[in-house]
Amino acid sequence: MVLYSLTFYLFSSVAVLSALMVISAKNPVHSVLFLILSFVNASGLFVLLGAEFLAMILVVVYVGAVAVLFLFVVMMLDINFVKLREGFLQYLPFGALLGIVLVIELGILFLTDRSSNIYNNQTPLQPIVNEVENTKMIGQILYTEYFYLFQICGIILLVAMIGSITLTLRDKGGVKRQNIDSQNTVDASTAIEKKKVKIGEGI
Amino acid sequence: MITLEHYLFLGAIIFTLGVLGIFLNKKNLIIILMSIELILLSVNINFIAFSAYINDISGQIFAMLTLTVAAAEAAIGLAILVVFFRNLGSIEVSKINQLKG
Repeated sequence: MVLYSLTFYLFSSVAVLSALMVISAKNPVHSVLFLILSFVNASGLFVLLGAEFLAMILVVVYVGAVAVLFLFVVMMLDINFVKLREGFLQYLPFGALLGIVLVIELGILFLTDRSSNIYNNQTPLQPIVNEVENTKMIGQILYTEYFYLFQICGIILLVAMIGSITLTLRDKGGVKRQNIDSQNTVDASTAIEKKKVKIGEGI
Repeated sequence: MITLEHYLFLGAIIFTLGVLGIFLNKKNLIIILMSIELILLSVNINFIAFSAYINDISGQIFAMLTLTVAAAEAAIGLAILVVFFRNLGSIEVSKINQLKG
């Protein structure tokens, strides 16, 4: 149990610190890298909670796809980031005050006596280890009870894919494309041109 | 002994950092999108913590839905960002009202 606590504090403190660095780093590339660190630590916490499948999915989807997409966009666009940081210090006191108030309020909410809680208060609260492995359990419920939800997920991803392609697609003039019709109608009379070249001169 | 409250606290702190990121970097659209990702991560932490402590697998299904929506949102947001940069040559949020119409 001590090891569990130590691991929790390690992962969560690194996750919080790297989340802090995401919003305060000067260079957006560093921000993206700290975002990746934050997600990796969160996936470690998911493993602690017994949600192995979600942890691996988090690493694959976020670190493998989303964060690399961010990195790609940050590096592709030539943006003047120094100008964009103007006003950071101006809002810092107000923002910090707001953040502290929000955290304290949420903390009070969690620590107050839960008289109307939804779970059984008699048993000690700790993650419950099952005999059936996590991935199997998710598979058993995902393809039966939540099947329509699963399909809607697919539609959401399809719409996102089509949307981002149509948004960023642009027709540039002067691009040479293959024209099948004109290729098929070519014959010897139009393809070859005879010229008389005088000796000692070019065309 | 790590209780459910520990995980809820962690989620609250990460959520607050995400909101703070939107506040402080109100000119930089990329950091704002990253802050939204942080907020969605805190939502995921809450879902999975509740799912583990109540011993109900449905929370993990919903966390997966959040993951899907977050990925779709990031893709479309970055596509809009690229088009915006192409048209205006900058990603300042204050100029974003030119997108209307």
